[in-house]
Amino acid sequence: MSTIAHADVAPRSPGGGPGDEERTRPADRPSPRAVRRWIAALVALSLSLAFLLPVIWMALASFRTSRDLSVFPPTLFPREWTLRNYGQIATQIPFGRLYLNTFLFSGTVTVVSLVLDSMAAYALARLRFRGRGVVFAAVIVLLLMPFQVTLVPLYLLMNTFGLVNTVPGLIVPRLASAFGIFYMRQYFLSLPSELEDAGRVDGASEWRIFRQIIMPQVRPAILTLTLFYFQSNWNDLIWPLVMTNSLTSSTLPVGLALFSSGEHNINYGVVMAGSVLSLLPVVVLFLLVQRVFVQGIATTGTK
Amino acid sequence: MISDARPHATTTSADASTARDGRPRPAVPGRGRRRPLSRSQTHAAWLFLLPGLVVLSVFVVYPMGRALYLSFTDYSLLQPPQWVGLGNFTRLLHDPQAANAVKNTLVYAAGTTVCSVALALLVAVFLNRSFPMRGLARTAVFLPYITSLGVVAITWMYLLNPDIGLLSYWGRKIGIDPGQGWLVDPRLAMVAVMAVGIWKYLGFYVVMYLAALQTIPRDLYEAASLDGAGPVRRFTRITWPLLSNQTMFIAIIATVTNVQAFDQVYVMTKGGPFFRTETLVMMMYRVGFTNLQFGYAAALSYVLVAILALLAIVQVTYFNRRLVRY
Repeated sequence: MSTIAHADVAPRSPGGGPGDEERTRPADRPSPRAVRRWIAALVALSLSLAFLLPVIWMALASFRTSRDLSVFPPTLFPREWTLRNYGQIATQIPFGRLYLNTFLFSGTVTVVSLVLDSMAAYALARLRFRGRGVVFAAVIVLLLMPFQVTLVPLYLLMNTFGLVNTVPGLIVPRLASAFGIFYMRQYFLSLPSELEDAGRVDGASEWRIFRQIIMPQVRPAILTLTLFYFQSNWNDLIWPLVMTNSLTSSTLPVGLALFSSGEHNINYGVVMAGSVLSLLPVVVLFLLVQRVFVQGIATTGTK
Repeated sequence: MISDARPHATTTSADASTARDGRPRPAVPGRGRRRPLSRSQTHAAWLFLLPGLVVLSVFVVYPMGRALYLSFTDYSLLQPPQWVGLGNFTRLLHDPQAANAVKNTLVYAAGTTVCSVALALLVAVFLNRSFPMRGLARTAVFLPYITSLGVVAITWMYLLNPDIGLLSYWGRKIGIDPGQGWLVDPRLAMVAVMAVGIWKYLGFYVVMYLAALQTIPRDLYEAASLDGAGPVRRFTRITWPLLSNQTMFIAIIATVTNVQAFDQVYVMTKGGPFFRTETLVMMMYRVGFTNLQFGYAAALSYVLVAILALLAIVQVTYFNRRLVRY
């Protein structure tokens, strides 16, 4: 696990010149500074465990038998281990189907929305045309609107298109996003204008300038938005919940939520195995791009 | 999901361009030097905008207008919408359940936002120092943000189970007795869903605070130390005032996120016990998609908009008065 810490540029500990205390002490006695560092490390470790506890428990519970899970007193570590939960999850709910749906939903939305948002953002940031201010103002207004306002009419609209209970129905309304347009526009604005001036002098079309000159310059923004779109759609609950009334067209969060609240006796080990598998892609993706992602959201808002 | 706290890009990421080649930030095209509007550029611009704007018009703008229209009608899919004027809104004013949902939403949003901002500041100041395992702690605190709230809420529900839940068991050992259970007791259920909400989003705010902490010049602390200021004074006189812009920003994002609370409520309590955790969005879901009263649900969704607008105005005026410029 690499660190979120992007370089150690922080003011270390406010006050106290780093290092000079240690030199004045005998070598065999730890300096107060070193002691403080290790106390801080201990606090950090407890903080980490506290925050990860639900996820750790989930992972461990996915290897427990249903008897082990229901015996008092509850324990963190399994008293007996089993792999059966992972085998059973696909027999109790259409897990493979849910996985595929979730992947299609968040994957398609991520790719298409990135392209459409970047294109719109490029026009708003780098091209001069009448009406630019109006369009940008409209994007800001849409950005501020909560999604839930559109929930009822969107459902009714999808109903008239016959797209309720289908994966395309989930995807289509998310193919562009006001937030993505806004985010990419801010990024494009920071690029020097010589970039596309050179391209224009050479007679390149706006599309070529966009594709081959501008887009390669904004890789961090693209990575941040990729993870952002992917996780927010992968994790979404209310939209797929409203849109689907059968598990075969639903997504993982909805499937697991409905399964776990079912009236029959559920085996929580199986639910936990499903939960682990459903969190895995996003967690892996996050660990891969976490440095860029965290910087991408960290630099927003400052200034 | 738009209701997620999201990375708001208000900066132009100037550092990204200056860092690369060390040149100063370039002028924004289109401002400053006036180029004539070229016809081909106008043409290209609209082509670039077209696909995105079509999607947004059909799936955001039209539904927003449609929701406004539906809020003045009775509609349940069986027959065309019946115009009822302000009927839904007068019903809203006299509906104890709507008042309850508004109250719950405000309690949830206020409690969660205040706790999140305070805790995030505390954790960020701590994680801004340098010590072993800091990287692990930053990742651990941030990780819940990218997990599915609907999925991890199932785990939380189990951990809080009064009979076999690990957290209930540990709580009893240190004297915190949830009685009938965290999610069953009408007084405790709200606390439980708030705790889960704080857990999920805290890391996002910590990261934003950490970024702001790094912009505070280090010599300020050194000068203050030389003048004899202790850690508490350094925090109240330097850190807190210089972070106030970021605090406003985080408070706004947190409020917007928390007013829209739904996922963990749906999974853990379904709004119960006795509607004690039913938030506005939860009620909207029940009225619209369980009772099929789409007109009334649309009216409720505009209550959400009104609350958000009101809160934004309050927060901006409050923080503007004490904004620190430097």
